[in-house]
Parts: sequence; structure tokens; C-alpha cells
Amino acid sequence: MNAVELDHATIELGARAVLADASFAIRSGEFIGVLGPNGAGKTTLMRAILGLLPPSAGALRVFGQAPHRGNPQIGYLPQVRTVLPDLRVRGLDFIGSSLNGERWGLPSLGPADRDMIEKTLAAVGARDLAERPLSAMSGGERQRLLLAQALMGSPKLLLLDEPLISLDARRQEVAIDVVRKACRERGVTVLFSAHELNQLLGTLDRVLYLGNGRAVLGTVEEVITAPVLSRLYGTDIHVVRTDGHIFVMSRGRDVEGSAHQHDHDHGDQGHHHH
Amino acid sequence: MFQYDFIINAFAAAGIVAAVSGIVGYFLVMRGQTFAGHALSHIGFAGATGAGLIGLAPIWGLIGFTLAAGIAMGLLSERISNRDIAIGVVLALALGFGLLFLHYYTSFATQATALLFGNVLAVDHGMIATLAVLGLITFVALAAIMRPLIFASLQPELAEAKGVPLRFVSTAFLAVVALAVSECAQIVGVLLVFTLMVGPPAAAQRLTTGLWSGLAVAALLALGEAWLGITAAYYTDWPVSFCIAALSALGYFVALGAPGWRQGRPPADHANETA
Repeated sequence: MNAVELDHATIELGARAVLADASFAIRSGEFIGVLGPNGAGKTTLMRAILGLLPPSAGALRVFGQAPHRGNPQIGYLPQVRTVLPDLRVRGLDFIGSSLNGERWGLPSLGPADRDMIEKTLAAVGARDLAERPLSAMSGGERQRLLLAQALMGSPKLLLLDEPLISLDARRQEVAIDVVRKACRERGVTVLFSAHELNQLLGTLDRVLYLGNGRAVLGTVEEVITAPVLSRLYGTDIHVVRTDGHIFVMSRGRDVEGSAHQHDHDHGDQGHHHH
Repeated sequence: MFQYDFIINAFAAAGIVAAVSGIVGYFLVMRGQTFAGHALSHIGFAGATGAGLIGLAPIWGLIGFTLAAGIAMGLLSERISNRDIAIGVVLALALGFGLLFLHYYTSFATQATALLFGNVLAVDHGMIATLAVLGLITFVALAAIMRPLIFASLQPELAEAKGVPLRFVSTAFLAVVALAVSECAQIVGVLLVFTLMVGPPAAAQRLTTGLWSGLAVAALLALGEAWLGITAAYYTDWPVSFCIAALSALGYFVALGAPGWRQGRPPADHANETA
């Protein structure tokens, strides 16, 4: 079965079509690297899959069904922008808030819940974060906490929005490895958005490249080519392959590298709260 | 001093209000909405003086205006309550209206000081009963939304994806805050609601990182500061609200300097915290 399927789908943000008449199908168990320039709609696509933004035309199906909010099959790591500086909540309570967090009434965290949280934290090498207050964590530590949270409850589909941001190189490898394991061993479908293709080259099955209202899904060889990317970026793109690395260049500049620098200022479309 | 009825009444009223303020305030601090709470109390001032103008008890005007304003803030946008400038403008306008209402109902002016700075020593049995009922309603409403409120406060993006109705939760919470502010203003006045609603919870957040322990510490600190404040006022003859304000500030600054106990990590690591 297809995990995510777009059938002539148009997804609009305000008056702008982030995806126009897009059709592609992500198979169950695939590891998909989601790439594209800032504002290409990586976050917007994820929000649509979560049921937060219904397509204005065409169809979007998640495991054969229309997307709906609160789908327990989906684990989600949002691209977090703001953490209150004085938020002195410890990691355990932070993650715990998401367990049945949509139910009314008083919060409760049973021994079984604690156990599960601690096991998941250990899996991403973040056991020590359970008792630390959020305000005392670095960006990378928060990111690991969020990754652990996304993995909880055995989701069948993981939507990871820029999970590598603020992680150092070693932690990035650990994070990719944890997600790859979930994908390979448990058959979890993964949509992994990133600015940098090279770190994911050894892991991803296919690439979903977004840009200019279009989406192209295919293998790295099919998608990361000058003609395809020139169309998506709307400008002349050169692809340089060297020594197992791929560089996407525009007028002699590495577009992925420059996109990354701007990330904290702009980010993708679709974050703005409404 | 407990031979006086007014002292016993003051302790009872301050006790109820301190528990409500400390606990509701904890979430206000967690959500970074303390300024919104402050604005609600100023809007309440206009409501209280307006109520006087049409012959109602000030507390009903307070409740009416703060509830309406809280719900409006929540409905307009879950983010507007964090917009300092818009809130500041509305806050100043509300105080202005309060002054206008006072201008037209001059005999009410004697109560202005009590509204602005509180008058806990004048509380009677009827007011205690009112505060108790309001406090109960506040607690029940807060308990009903607490779980999604925490989720939505800590992780709004994920909470929305998991099906938490963000706007409803934030609106309901601001309605709860409106009730708590109305109660709090009876004790320390609209200008000093921070002393019970922000000082103790902010200190509690410095002292503990657990949810339930934080709520307990916030409530106990508010209670201790309110009762100690009344006692200090009794012996010094200074205004009660000043004593509570002083204790609240003292509690907060002591907590700021306190070592990070109950954090499950060695003190050496603690240096990261300010980074």
C-alpha cells in the first residue's frame, strides 16, 4: 500500500499554490529525503499530510485514507522555532505532555508511560535529558528530545521537519541512524526534510524535491540532475558529482549551503501561526 | 491578632485567592502570557468602575469585563495575547475608561484606591463566599482543560497536529485567567495582581522543574506571602498590598539566586543554564 499519495493535488497557503497539480506516491517503508529551496513547501506538505491543510483540488491520501488530525499512525517532529527562555520544564514532562495530550482533564503519567519515555530517550542517546529542564538544554539536545518523542507510540509514518538542525556532525549521524533503524527494522515510512542532501545519500531510498509549485519524486540519479533542478529552482542549476558527494550549484554557489545559513531567519512557508 | 473578625476574614479570603492565583499563574508563566494577565486586570478596572456607575458591585463589573476581554483575546488569535504593543494600547485605554467612569460617578471615587491597590481588611462574609464559589469554578474549569493546555503550551505545532483545538484551549484558559484576576484584584488590587499571579509561580519555576511540584510550590508560596503580608501589615500598620508585594518580590529574587536543586544534575553543569 502507498503510505502517502497525491493525485493531482493542489495545496495552497493563502493565495499561493505551494504545490500545484502534484501527483506522486510514496510506498510504505520508504525513506524519503524531502529537499528543496526555502519556501518550497516542505513544511506545508507535512502539514497537509497531518490533516491541517486540506488540498484545494485533487486528492491526498495517507495509507489510503483522507488525512485527519490526530492520526495515531503518524509521528511528527515539527521545526520548532520558539522555545520560551524561562521554560523550566524537565524533558520527561515535556515529552509526557504529548502522550494523550489531546484528552481533556488532568494530566497523568503512569509508570508504564515513564518507562516508555525513558526507553525511547535511551534509543536516541538522550536518557540524561529526562530530568533536565528545557531551558538548560542546547538546541541539539532539544532536537534529540523531539526526535525521541516522534518515535514514541510506534508510528507507521514519520514526518521529520529538519531534524538535523542544530545538531553537530556526530549527533546528525546518530539521528539519521536511529531513523534508518526504525525505517528498516519496523517498516516505518519516513519523510525526512533537510537542507543537505549528502548526509542522507547512503540512507534514503528516493528523493522528493520541491520547488516552484512542483514536486519531483525519484531516485537521486533521476532527480538530482541539472534539467530537473533548474525547473524546480527556476534558474540555471549545475549538479557537480565528486567523490561520493553531490553539489547543487547556481552561478558557482552551493545553493544548499546558502539555504542552510538563512534557515533561522526565514525557514519554510507554513510555520506562521494562524 | 486573631481576636479580630476582619483579620480572620482577611486570612480566609487571601487563602482562597492565593491558591487560585498561584496555580492559574503557573500556567500564565509557562505560556509566557503574564502581560496578558496584567492587561486583563486593567480592563477589569474599567469594568469595576463602570459597574459602580450603573449601581452594581464592582466585582461583577470586574468579572464581566475581564471575561469578555479574555475570551475576545483568545478568539481573535492564539497569538495576540503575546503581542505586547497591542495589549499595552488596550491596557492604557482600559485605564483611561476607568478614569472616565470615575469622573461621572464621583461618589465612587473613594473606592478607587481599594480597586487599584486592594483592601483585603474590608472583606466580609459575603465576599468570602463569592470568592470561594469563584475559586471552585476556576479550579474545575482549569482541571478540565489542563492536559491539552499543557500540551498546547509546550508544543503548539504538535498539539495542533494531534487534534488539540488550540484556539478553544487558549480562549478557555484566558477565561480562567479572567476569573482568577477578578478574584486576585479583590485582595491586592488591579495594579498588583502580579504579586500573587506571577511572583510566586515564577519563583516556583526556578525552584522545581516538575509539574505537580511546581503547582504545589506556586500555591504554597502565594499562600505564605499573602498570610505573612497580612501579618506584617497588622504589626507595622503598613498597607497590606505593599507587604504582599514586597514579599512576592523577595521570594522571586531569592528563588533566582537559589541553587538549582531537584534538577538531577551536578552543580558543575549548572553553568550552562544562563548560556
